[in-house]
Amino acid sequence: MSGGTAELLEARDLARSYMMHRGFLGRTTQVRAVDGVSLSLSRGETLGLVGESGCGKSTTARLVLGIEPPDEGAVTFDGTAMPRSGTSNWAALRRRMQMVYQDPLQALDKRLTIGAQVAEPLDIHRIGTSAERRERVAAVMAEVGLQPHHAARHPQSLSGGQRQRAVIARALVTNPDLLVCDEPISALDVSIQALVLNLLMDLQERSGMGMLFVSHDLRAVRQISHRVAVMYLGRIVEEGEPDAVLQDPAHPYAQALVSAIPHPGKTAARVILQGDPPNPANRPSGCAFHPRCPVATATCRTEVPVLKPRRSDGRRVACHVAHGEAAPARAPTMLETC
Amino acid sequence: MLQYLLSRLLRAAVSIVMVVTFVFVVLRMSGDPATVIMGADAPPEAIDAFRKAWGLDQPLWVQYFAFFEAVFSGELGRSMRDGRDVVAVVLERVPSTLALTIPAFFVNIAVGIPAGVYAALHRNSLIDRCVMVMAVTGFAVPSFILAMLLVLIFSVTLGWLPSAGQDSWRNAILPIATMGFGGAALLARFTRSAMLEVLGQSYIRTASAKGLPWSAVVWRHALQNAAIPTITIIGFMLGGLVAGAVVVESVFSWPGVGRLLVVSVANRDLAVVQAVVLMIAMTMVAANMVVDVLYGLVDPRMQGQARAARR
Amino acid sequence: MVDATSSPAGTGGSLITRLLSRFATGNRMPLLIVIAILWLVLMLAIAVSADLISPYRFTQMDLRNRLSLPVFMGGSWRHVLGTDELGRDVLSRLITSIRMSLLIAFGATIIGAVIGVTLGFVAAHFRGIVEQAVLALVDFSAAIPFLVLALAVLAFFGNSLVLFVCLLGFHAWERYARIARGLAISGKTHGYAAAVHQLGASPWRLYGRHILPNIASTLIVSMTLAFPEIILLESGLSFLGLGIQPPDTSLGNMVGFGREYLSSAPWIMLAPAFVITVTALCVSLLGDWLRDRLDPTLS
Repeated sequence: MSGGTAELLEARDLARSYMMHRGFLGRTTQVRAVDGVSLSLSRGETLGLVGESGCGKSTTARLVLGIEPPDEGAVTFDGTAMPRSGTSNWAALRRRMQMVYQDPLQALDKRLTIGAQVAEPLDIHRIGTSAERRERVAAVMAEVGLQPHHAARHPQSLSGGQRQRAVIARALVTNPDLLVCDEPISALDVSIQALVLNLLMDLQERSGMGMLFVSHDLRAVRQISHRVAVMYLGRIVEEGEPDAVLQDPAHPYAQALVSAIPHPGKTAARVILQGDPPNPANRPSGCAFHPRCPVATATCRTEVPVLKPRRSDGRRVACHVAHGEAAPARAPTMLETC
Repeated sequence: MLQYLLSRLLRAAVSIVMVVTFVFVVLRMSGDPATVIMGADAPPEAIDAFRKAWGLDQPLWVQYFAFFEAVFSGELGRSMRDGRDVVAVVLERVPSTLALTIPAFFVNIAVGIPAGVYAALHRNSLIDRCVMVMAVTGFAVPSFILAMLLVLIFSVTLGWLPSAGQDSWRNAILPIATMGFGGAALLARFTRSAMLEVLGQSYIRTASAKGLPWSAVVWRHALQNAAIPTITIIGFMLGGLVAGAVVVESVFSWPGVGRLLVVSVANRDLAVVQAVVLMIAMTMVAANMVVDVLYGLVDPRMQGQARAARR
Repeated sequence: MVDATSSPAGTGGSLITRLLSRFATGNRMPLLIVIAILWLVLMLAIAVSADLISPYRFTQMDLRNRLSLPVFMGGSWRHVLGTDELGRDVLSRLITSIRMSLLIAFGATIIGAVIGVTLGFVAAHFRGIVEQAVLALVDFSAAIPFLVLALAVLAFFGNSLVLFVCLLGFHAWERYARIARGLAISGKTHGYAAAVHQLGASPWRLYGRHILPNIASTLIVSMTLAFPEIILLESGLSFLGLGIQPPDTSLGNMVGFGREYLSSAPWIMLAPAFVITVTALCVSLLGDWLRDRLDPTLS
């Protein structure tokens, strides 16, 4: 599926930590939100990024866009290194990389009309004459399924789905090469989710942009993505074709995630995760998943597994057991029987 | 707790440094400090001595530190009017000012808090309405107008009380009443809303549902909890008292620090102005720090927020 | 969410439209507020048309009619509010003083808001040491009564109208600075401001076109609450003889000079004292009402 010669987006070994304060003048602890993430994306391709909340998906999205600088690693966009946030080079790059947010009401300015906000990227980057801008705004609004009269409305007088369409229109008005969607449908009504998802797929097919789709909704990711990466505590633990990864996961964490999707008419046993939910402030040694992993071995407690292709089928996974480097502690889950 | 004390001390120190810096900057910006402080017609040898003492022939940053040294050793120059040391001139006025501000402070508390509590307990009654009208008026009528109205009524029309001077204790009544009213109005308004908020809390309803007599509920639960936010504005009220003293002492020709400041500003007796400003500022910083520390002691929960709540 | 259009109190639309919808619904506005607004409109009208409506020039002396009584105390209609010690018409002086005092209060309020909002935004934008410096300044000006600072500056720099207005402008700047900083930071960390930043907007556009309009109603309420304080401060300083200097006249200045004739001609001082008090009262009533209506979060 990957198109052009150079990759559109390359991220190498991104890491980002935050300082967390505890109490009044209390100690500060370091939280590694993203810990060595590498990913690449070509034109016309959609990469789905899945994981629980707090696993570093959204931070990864912000790092990829250069909104905040990584502590380690580097982002390359279309062959050039990402400029520092706030510089004029960085600002100029915004017309080529745009973002769709989880909560469209928060992402829109309540005091401006939808039309003015969709036109804003054109104003910022001084694209076209005012007549051309008006034309472009009308065209892109039609493209995302908004009526012309919505242009004069304020965000809070639109429905949730319409607002998200407005955010998408604003993101697409400059014809970007990369669109990052951070949980774009999770704040919407279920009935609207499918419409917005289809809209995004249509738009991408037509424009050929690259898309990073961040979500915890596995079915949405499977529907829209060409490739899927599963994140756990700041690291990518498995990556591959959506059908393969989401049908037959190799990593025990991905297996647990997938088994949690309810299937009508299917009564397969779910893999129930044991232990505490992940806390990025207190990262376990070795494989971060080992305290909750049903098949963890002694190696898993001490050695960090590397993300690399599995010998049998080339699936990229970061797990000692999946690679056969360590014998599983128990029979590898009931998943294989279902 | 120690950390809290230290951080409050640090803030106070920063404020003091800023006050001194402010006076230093204003003084330098207004011309040659020697002639400004000593007066243009001071004898040349006195001006030379002053220049040497203040290090005015040195670079600016040396002068800056020399100024700090002068401030903390109390060498702030001499008054243009009688050539006396300004610190002595200011200090001899302090008792007169305290003779007004301390009683006024007690009037604030003795009138403001009971009025606010009573108004809150009898919400929407006639007395509540009266208290609120007085409270709003207390804000809108500036102290100099109130002072003159009191003079018009009690001195000019009725002839009961003297309108100026410091001959007997009767001279102090009108100034104290003026300063007491404004602060009492503010405090009544604040206490009333603090009480109303506390009375709406669930623990008050719980306490009265348990069958405690209403007076016990009010005494044991409501008053003590309403006291905490009320303490916070006392530091704020001190500033109001100082500003009030400046105006009220001028109206009643009361020979305190405030009147000294106004007269010195009018006469451009700048050494005195500088000394008064430094003294008032340091007193205020110290008082605010004490209030914050007390507040931290009364309610350890608030240690982080004491400052924020008062702003 | 969908019914947000039907609610006039919705956060959308401009402040003006929301206010207009308040006025349109009419009966919800208390009588006291109507009176306050009428009084302020009257004051504004007087200030604007001062030259047209004042019966005499405010400096014109009528030496044969010195200290003449106002009409309500049995004086003649020649001088409705009486005359002062130099036979100047009190009504004419009052009209000129209203213009001067309102002009100063408006000017100073706007200067204070501009300084405060700018410093607040600067603190929110740069964070770190810049923010700490602004906060230290805020602490400093909260710690010392502004009247004392103002007196010190007037003592050192002497007095001129421009300096006086600028000086009063520094009153309450720290309130705007705190509000602007707090709201800008919360806007930047999540929501529309972060989205606009990602669009590549310059700081000017971010603060000027997006954050400022979003905090405007809070700022206007704070300005309404600070305005009467500035009127009182101006009149207090002028009363002490350290504000507006003759031959100019302001309300506080009139009260100050009337003080010497308190026993013989109290009307000189009572008329401006009444105007000061009622105007301060009306603006603060209006401010309280606006705050309750538009921004209950502001205490």
